[in-house]
Amino acid sequence: MIMPVILWTDALVFLLVAVVLSFVLYARSKPHLRTPWRHVLGSRLASASIVILLVYVVIGLLDSLHYRAALEDNGAGEEVHYGVEVLSVLDYLLEPLHTRTEKTYSSPFATHLYTRETIQHPDGSQTREYPRLIWGGRHLADPETDFARDIRVRVATAGLQALLLTGLLLVLLGVWLARRSRHSLGHAIRSILAGRTRIPLRVILLTLGVLALLFCLALNLSTAYHVFGTDKVGQDVFYQTLKSIRTGLVIGTLTTLVMLPFAILMGILAGYARGWIDDLIQYIYTTLNSIPGVLLIAAAILMLQVYVSNHPEKFETALERADIRLLFLCIILGITSWTGLCRLLRGESLKLRESEYIKAAVSLGVSHASVIGKHILPNVMHIVLITVVLDFSGLVLAEAVLSYVGVGVDPTMNSWGNMINSARLEMAREPVVWWSLLSAFLFMFTLVLAANLFSDAVRDAFDPRLRQR
Amino acid sequence: MFAYIVRRVAYAIPILIGVNLLTFYLFFVVNSPDDMARLHLGVKRVTPEAIDKWKVERGYDKPLLYNEAVSGSAKLTHTIFFEKSVKLFAFDFGHSDDGRDISHDIQQRMKPSLAIAIPTLLVGLLINITFAMLMAFFRGTYVDVSGVILCVVLMSISAMFYIIGGQFLLGKLLRLMPISGYDTGLDAFKFLVLPVVIGAVSGIGAGSRMYRSFFLEEANKDFVRTARAKGLKESLVLFRHVLKNAMIPIVTGVVVVLPMLFLGSLLLESFFAIPGLGSYTIDAINRQDFAIVRAMVFLGSVLYILGLILVDMAYTVVDPRVRLS
Repeated sequence: MIMPVILWTDALVFLLVAVVLSFVLYARSKPHLRTPWRHVLGSRLASASIVILLVYVVIGLLDSLHYRAALEDNGAGEEVHYGVEVLSVLDYLLEPLHTRTEKTYSSPFATHLYTRETIQHPDGSQTREYPRLIWGGRHLADPETDFARDIRVRVATAGLQALLLTGLLLVLLGVWLARRSRHSLGHAIRSILAGRTRIPLRVILLTLGVLALLFCLALNLSTAYHVFGTDKVGQDVFYQTLKSIRTGLVIGTLTTLVMLPFAILMGILAGYARGWIDDLIQYIYTTLNSIPGVLLIAAAILMLQVYVSNHPEKFETALERADIRLLFLCIILGITSWTGLCRLLRGESLKLRESEYIKAAVSLGVSHASVIGKHILPNVMHIVLITVVLDFSGLVLAEAVLSYVGVGVDPTMNSWGNMINSARLEMAREPVVWWSLLSAFLFMFTLVLAANLFSDAVRDAFDPRLRQR
Repeated sequence: MFAYIVRRVAYAIPILIGVNLLTFYLFFVVNSPDDMARLHLGVKRVTPEAIDKWKVERGYDKPLLYNEAVSGSAKLTHTIFFEKSVKLFAFDFGHSDDGRDISHDIQQRMKPSLAIAIPTLLVGLLINITFAMLMAFFRGTYVDVSGVILCVVLMSISAMFYIIGGQFLLGKLLRLMPISGYDTGLDAFKFLVLPVVIGAVSGIGAGSRMYRSFFLEEANKDFVRTARAKGLKESLVLFRHVLKNAMIPIVTGVVVVLPMLFLGSLLLESFFAIPGLGSYTIDAINRQDFAIVRAMVFLGSVLYILGLILVDMAYTVVDPRVRLS
């Protein structure tokens, strides 16, 4: 028995997915939108980064389906009680990682703890030694002799599995291509491998192959070892960094979703209506802009803290409290970041309202609302799109900084910012604990790099000024 | 020119009033001083007397906007709004929640902030321009392509990694310089090297890429082609025509951030334990000292608006085509 829990951010995440999917369906039917997207997909770097981004998105979505599991039935069996811990589908899939906690720090692939402990022997004597881990490498009878062989076997298995998986993907892609181009399957597979397809399927396949290898390695190794070590309280770092993906994605996307309606409405209104409306909107965004972003965020988060600490009854679980803070952070980040887009849209609609087709529409008696909806809005959408993708990576990076300043996500929430923040002290330890920082770095860097490459391709494809060159 | 500046300054006043009202609303209306007192004194087991005492000590015991208890103009001046918000316009920041004089603190802490911010800006500018010129000179070749890729990679690394990595590598492993700390006078130099290097390096990715696009924008213009057609050497074209014209967006981009340098860098200062305004702000946020955060919000907006005015003036200096009216 489970009870589904829909957090605020979950609802918004799925709303966002719906918006994106409907946009994709809409864009497919419009040739003027299909062309630039084809251009994006045609770029090798962009299509590889799309694959990587999609993997992140899938992990993030799995982590957005929350539920509370029922507690063990005590036999009376009338009313079902649910645990206070809110879990996600990702937690369920990663259960071994989630539950297998050690005592404290252990390095990646370790079989013993990172710190010495005093151990009582049966004969009464005491020694200081590194105790065995509870879970890491527990299937090994003697770690010193078996470890290397065990790793070799597991890596080899993973390699074979990945090879099979990639082969399967190649066949699937081949079938898809053969159906579309009405060639034989053999011809389709040959053209994928030779890189003769319009969408760079060979690069996509290569990326998928690398991801499949990483996936199989994780599957084979992380079930027996802590591949990225454990943190201070013995939790698996790999699990933490996977959980952080959702936080990063939510900050990067929901912020945009929150600010978009404001920015579009205000920007177009200012440019189209001019006069005092324009002055007022300009005044609002100059004022907001002139407050240093970090300080406005800090002020707002401090205020939220005061509110939450004075109204503890409104939040049932710790995760709900963390979630409302995450949502609030997105809103505040949205408030500080809509001004740039608003200014761009104002400029563009100032220019558009002087264009002949809009003058013609107005003189034919078309209402202002439909001029804005039918003529101005579609013609500024490329600016919106470019800004949204360009902002994403900046927002993911901002989360880390804000968490360090103490005004980011809740300290109990898994996020790269919190991981880096704790790694700061770990790096000063002797001997150094480096794996938290490394895993946060790897996962964050991959996401931001993929997002940057993707946004460059989107900008090149959609910006009319760049397209002419 | 003078009339223009006067007008811009006058235009800044309503914006500052807006900032002031917004912070007043956030700090005193959304949450009452009672809430703040409770947060500071601990939510549970706090007596009303302790809250009142806390408020009296910090001057939060007065009414928000209108004081009925007194007569004359004091009805308006003996209020939280006047004492905490209106006085900011006279740069009277008052006292922090733990009783320190904020104006004095700001003056003290400005120097270390500038000692980091100015060298970081200059070193970064030098590196970025050189790197961007190199990419523009070899545009379209492998040097350019790999340069751009390097920039994107550098951009994708969080500033936190640069700082932690730099401290670890240069400070702890190689022991080239102290990891953190600060000293007065010339002794400060050895403490400043590491933050300045890290600050400049972390800006290379975004900066160089932007400057490269400035250079390429100019390099595609007609007068550059004419210069080349006259038979001018490529390096001369680059330095004499492209660099000079691309300096316009670069200089204005720098001028607009100049006033903000006073506020210092939040990350660098707090990581390297430098007693500047950046670490002051972070400490205030962590101690939940609302008076300091309020003062810094106001100071930040003043400096931002100052930057906008300066950049308009800079345009007329670097680009003779622009006339202010």
